[in-house]
Formats: sequence, C-alpha cells, structure tokens
Amino acid sequence: MSKTINVALIGNPNTGKTSVFNALTGLNQKVGNYPGITVEKKQGSCRLNQTTKAHIIDLPGTYSLNASSMDESVVIELLLNRNDKDYPDVAVVISDIENLKRNLLLFTQIKDLKIPTLLVINMSDRMVDKGISLNVNKLEQKLKTKIALTSTRENKGIEFLKTCLLDFRSLSKVGCLDITKIDEAYFGNLQKVFPDQSLYKLWLVISQDVNFAKIERKKVQDATEYKTQPISHLKRLQQKETIKRYQYINQSLKETYSVDQSKATDYRSKLDRILIHRLWGYIIFFLILLTIFQVIFGWSSIPMDFIDERFTKLSEYTKINLPPGLFTNLLAEGIISGLGGIVIFIPQIAFLFLFIAVLEETGYMSRVVFLMDRGLRKYGLSGKSVIPLISGTACAIPAVMATRNIENWKERLITILVTPFTTCSARLPVYLILISLVIPEGKFLGMGYQGLTLMGLYLLGFAMALLSAGILNKMLKIQSKTYFVIEMPNYKLPLLKNILITVFEKTKSFVVEAGRIILAISILLWLMASFGPGKEFNQAEEIIMSRSKVKSFTAEQLENEIASHKLEHSFIGILGKTIEPAIAPLGFDWKIGIALISSFAAREVFVGTLATIYSVGNDQEETIKNRMKAERKSDGSLLFDLPTGISLMLFYAFALQCMSTLAIVKKETNGWKWPMIQLLSMTLIAYLSALIVYQILV
Amino acid sequence: MITLDLIEKNQLGKIVAIDTDLLPLKLIEMGCLPGNEVYLEQLAPLKDPMYLVIDGCHLAIRTEIAKNIKIELI
Repeated sequence: MSKTINVALIGNPNTGKTSVFNALTGLNQKVGNYPGITVEKKQGSCRLNQTTKAHIIDLPGTYSLNASSMDESVVIELLLNRNDKDYPDVAVVISDIENLKRNLLLFTQIKDLKIPTLLVINMSDRMVDKGISLNVNKLEQKLKTKIALTSTRENKGIEFLKTCLLDFRSLSKVGCLDITKIDEAYFGNLQKVFPDQSLYKLWLVISQDVNFAKIERKKVQDATEYKTQPISHLKRLQQKETIKRYQYINQSLKETYSVDQSKATDYRSKLDRILIHRLWGYIIFFLILLTIFQVIFGWSSIPMDFIDERFTKLSEYTKINLPPGLFTNLLAEGIISGLGGIVIFIPQIAFLFLFIAVLEETGYMSRVVFLMDRGLRKYGLSGKSVIPLISGTACAIPAVMATRNIENWKERLITILVTPFTTCSARLPVYLILISLVIPEGKFLGMGYQGLTLMGLYLLGFAMALLSAGILNKMLKIQSKTYFVIEMPNYKLPLLKNILITVFEKTKSFVVEAGRIILAISILLWLMASFGPGKEFNQAEEIIMSRSKVKSFTAEQLENEIASHKLEHSFIGILGKTIEPAIAPLGFDWKIGIALISSFAAREVFVGTLATIYSVGNDQEETIKNRMKAERKSDGSLLFDLPTGISLMLFYAFALQCMSTLAIVKKETNGWKWPMIQLLSMTLIAYLSALIVYQILV
Repeated sequence: MITLDLIEKNQLGKIVAIDTDLLPLKLIEMGCLPGNEVYLEQLAPLKDPMYLVIDGCHLAIRTEIAKNIKIELI
C-alpha cells in the first residue's frame, strides 16, 4: 500500500526553484491553471521510496508572504487553507547560497505558519567561486530545521532531499519570530479577541487583501475589523516585522555563514559593464533580436516544408484509401487540412519559446528591462513591458499574463492593451503564405524581398504597439504610484533540462489549446461548405448542365464548375457573399471574407479555412499555396495580387482576431470594458489601414 | 545626508531613513532598511533607473523611488 505526501516548493524568484522541481519530478509533471484564475499551476510526482510518493506542487516565486500580485496570493491562500487538497504536509523553501539572507525572510514567514519546513540551499556549486563558507549543522540548529544542500547543475543533493522529505515528521514546528514583539499592545489585544487563532495567520489576513477560501475566511471574518487601522500604520507594522525578521536572520547567519571577498570572482559586474553599457548594451540587444528572427525563419522552413508536404499527402491518402462518403470527406477536407494549418508552425513556436526561455534563465531579461525602462516610460510603458512585448511574438496570451509583474496599474493596462499588436506566431502562417504569393523573389542589398517584408511586418507591429501606447498614455487619466523594483540576478548558464521542459510544456499547451479551436472550426466550416439551402445548391449539377457554354467543357472543367457553384450557394458561401460589399473596397472577395470571419476565433485558422474552402470538391494533388495562386477574380485577373496581398497583411497585422486574447484580457482587467474597447479600436485601425493602402495601390 | 538618487559611482552609503508610506514593501523586504549599506553599480542612460547594491542584494529602482530614501555617505 503506497501513501502520498503533499510537498510544496516555495522560494524567491531566481533561486532555481524550478530546477529543483524538474530534478525531483522529471517529466512526471503537469502544468495547468488554478481554478478561476490564470496563474500557472505546476505539479508533479516523485517516488521517494517503495511505499511513499510525493505529490509536489511548484508554487509561484515570491519574495515574501506579503502578496502584491495574484501569483503571490496563490501561495498564501494555499498555505492558510488546511482544507485544500494540496495543503502541504511539508513546505520546502528553496534558497540560493549567494542570496541566503534575503531568501531566509520567506523561510521565517513560512515557519511561523507552523508548517513543517525544510530548507534547501541550492547552487552550492558556487560556494568555492564566491568564497562562501557555511556551517550547515550549526545553521540547522539556529533555524530549527533540516537543511539540504543541493546543486541542480551538478545533480547533487537531490537524493538527500528525498530522504529528508520522507522524514518530514521529525521537522520542528517551532516558529522563528514572536510576533507580539512587533507591537505588544496591538497584538496582545488581537490575541485576546481570538484566543484560539494563530496570531501570525490573523496578521496575514489583516494586513492584506487575499481572497481566502471560504471556510478559513469564516473563522477569521471578524478579524477584518482590525483593518480599520490606517493603512500607514499597518505598513509601519509590516516594516517593523521585516526588521525583526532580519535581526533574527542576521543573528542566525553571524556564526554560520561567511563570505571571503578576496576569493570571490565577480563576473556579474564585469558582464554588466558590457551588457548594460549605454551604447554596447543596446547594440547587443538589437543583435540578439536579429539573431532570434533569423534563426526562427531560417531554421524553421525545413521542418515546416516537410510538415506541409506530409499533411497534403495524408489528406490524399485518406481520400484514396477510405471508402468514399461523407465521413471520409470530413476527415480529409475538414479535419486534416485544418490541423495541418496548426501543426505546421510548431517549429517556429518551439524556437521562439526556446529563445525566450534562454533569455530568462540566463538572467539577461532583467538587463533588458533595465535598459529599456526609461525609453518605454515615455510611451506610458515600463521596462517590464519588454517581456510581454517580446513574448507577444510567440503568443499574446502568455504575454498578457506576463504583465502581472508590472507594479503600476496604468503601465500594466497600457501594456495589456497594446501587446496584441506584436506579431504573434498565429499571424506567421498568414504572412508567410501571402508573402510567397505576392512578393517577388528578388534581392536587395543581399536580403531577399520576402525576408525584408516579413521583418517589416514585425517592426510594424512593434511600432503600432508603441504608437498606440503613446496615445493611450495621453488619454488615460489614471493615477497610480510607481513601484518599479527589479532584481538583477547573477548570470547563469541555462540548464538544458529546464529549457527543454519549458519549451516542451509551452509548445504542447499552445498546440492543444489552438488545436482544439481549429478542429472545431474546421468541422463547422466543412459542414457549412458541404451543405446549403434551396435548389441552387442541391440541384447544382442540373443547373450547370443546362447552361449552353458547358457543352465544350472537358469532364474536369465541368466538375470544377459544379463544385464552385455549389460552394457559392452553400451556407458558408451565402455568409461570405453577405459581407462581401463591406470588404470589397479592401480588395477581398467572399472566400477571403469567410476566412476573415473564422479568423475571429483565431488567426491561424486563416490558412486552414482557405484550405478547407478550396479543397471542397477538389481532388487535385496540390498544396494550399498552389490552390491560392490559381484563384482568379471574375474578370480573370489573379485574386492574390500585390494590392490585395498587402491589404490583407495589414488587416491581419492590426486586427484583434483572437477570442482567447479577449478572454485573457477580460480576466486580467476584471471586466468586458477593456477587451471590448481593444477589439473595436483594433478592428477599426485594421479596416481603415487596409482600405487606404488598397485604394492607393490599386 | 543626501537622498539616494544623488549617490555617485564609487561612493558607499548607509541608509539612514526611509519613507515607509512611499516605498514598496517589496523593496524593504529586499533589504532596503536603515543601517544597511548601499552603493551604485551602474546608471541606465539618462540616469534612470539606478542599478544599486543594497545589503548585498542587486536590484534596480527608478530615481523617483530613490528620492524617498535618505543615506549618509561613509
């Protein structure tokens, strides 16, 4: 009979908490969301011995239990709610050897919650380099805990950590700080009112707005009366608490932890002198960005071409080898074509996630924030907006979530509103196919026109984001304090395992999420294209046959004529025809109109939609691109010519065609007001710019 | 006594007083407390934000926050 213990990993950001999590769980992990909120929830399992398993939950990184963001309040809520199924049997506080003092602040807070607490001191491989010496046994006595010295880089100490976890019952539950010492009158009074409650828990509930689980809240409901204290008084008490904690920590570290500066090598300062130099810093950042784009587009094309070809073959194979009928058509024309549209850009998304993960793991991202803060402030953004804007090139959804560590509400709101302008990977397949259709292959200064166009579209996205941020900054009248604080962590070589797991998890969840929508839409589209009302659709063959001009047609021409007549009078055709007058001035026909409508679910549907529409009733062995190339207007000229192509690209560059982004913005801004404003203004900008450009070019 | 935004490179300061109402708690928790030492590691272009080392902790803050911290040069 095996039993399971609940383990919670808690720690400051940049302590290698995730490395410890990965070392313990390997690939036995899953990433989801906390119910109702979009904070990432990572959990995994790890076998400790024959009979015991650990269920490990990796809590979001936090500097203390005084929550200032949604991610941090998740930590407090779990630790205060004994009835939560994830409530830890043992809390593991991860610290890093270099910042032990600051990391211990959180440790003392967790310990005061009277949860069995184990201390992990990670990155022990750096002790020699940094001239650090540590007396583990003595520190264990001082802090009344068990310490596991680990190095995830050298894979040391993890087995020892597991044995410590097994032995969690022997951990002391004695707290660190006598909280009444902060203000005896105040806390004495509090204890009198709630004699059977833990004072520190009460204090946490009083000192911050955390949305506690119902049961716990009922018990301490009356405690909120104590909130009537002026905020400044509460803050002063929090400051006093912090001072007391540091006194305790300094006391504990005095005889146990020492740094011999003469032996320490400080490559952080040396690297910083170059990487955030007022000139070189920017040049290096620009070169890094350039390399990223080069790699994404250069390296991805090979696997992408391969995937494209495979899916086209698969679709044909299905048609030939399965018995003909409705189901086979749905599979070959609806589902496989639609899925091909998403699978094809897995390589690019994976590369992008890879680079973002590397930039974050190495500690370079904080430097970018530092470099860009002043410049971005002009536009009402923060240096921390860089991370959302860069991750926005992968997907706006994680990017909007990444705005959470922007402390200033106005800066955060503006970042959320403009992030969808950055060129997300869902726009890529649209751009790629349109560019290859309408932009010639020539070269300019050694760079292909096509590559330059793509680069231009990315720059356009950033420029539009900045421009609209500047306008919003002038328009929005929101007063909020600036609380910009960012840690500048030491540089680290990224751990391959961490990077690979991150890339795998993120790509997987992206593909699953997007795939689900695309699958549903492909099926719906196929149904709408395969059926229609009235006799125009149902008697298409007779109608075409009765026309005199078909007499000279070959069998193949005849079939095409019937198929296109059917499509035009199917449900989807009628829908497309209805909106055609509105989009005709932009150079779009009703088939593109259908793709635009379905793109409002998600942009990446565009290619899949066209594939579905064009392949209905089409048996030829052709790729999507060739089918699009063959499309003609009623006057016989090419449908996808330069003006239409450019107009369409601009529309996709500016329009907010993504239901998931709207949903996440609604969650992050607590209401429909901002997502609706965002949707309307972005659609308007897209429509007008496409209209103007098409009318000029045509 | 000067405010922290005026500290220059190669100067070592000691925090004397902080304005609790105007400072984020996070900064205090990272060691920005009276008695702790502080020096300037680097300034971003246009002298903002400031990259400081407070009590061994490397962090960056904007000058407008630094104005609320009083230091003594030592």
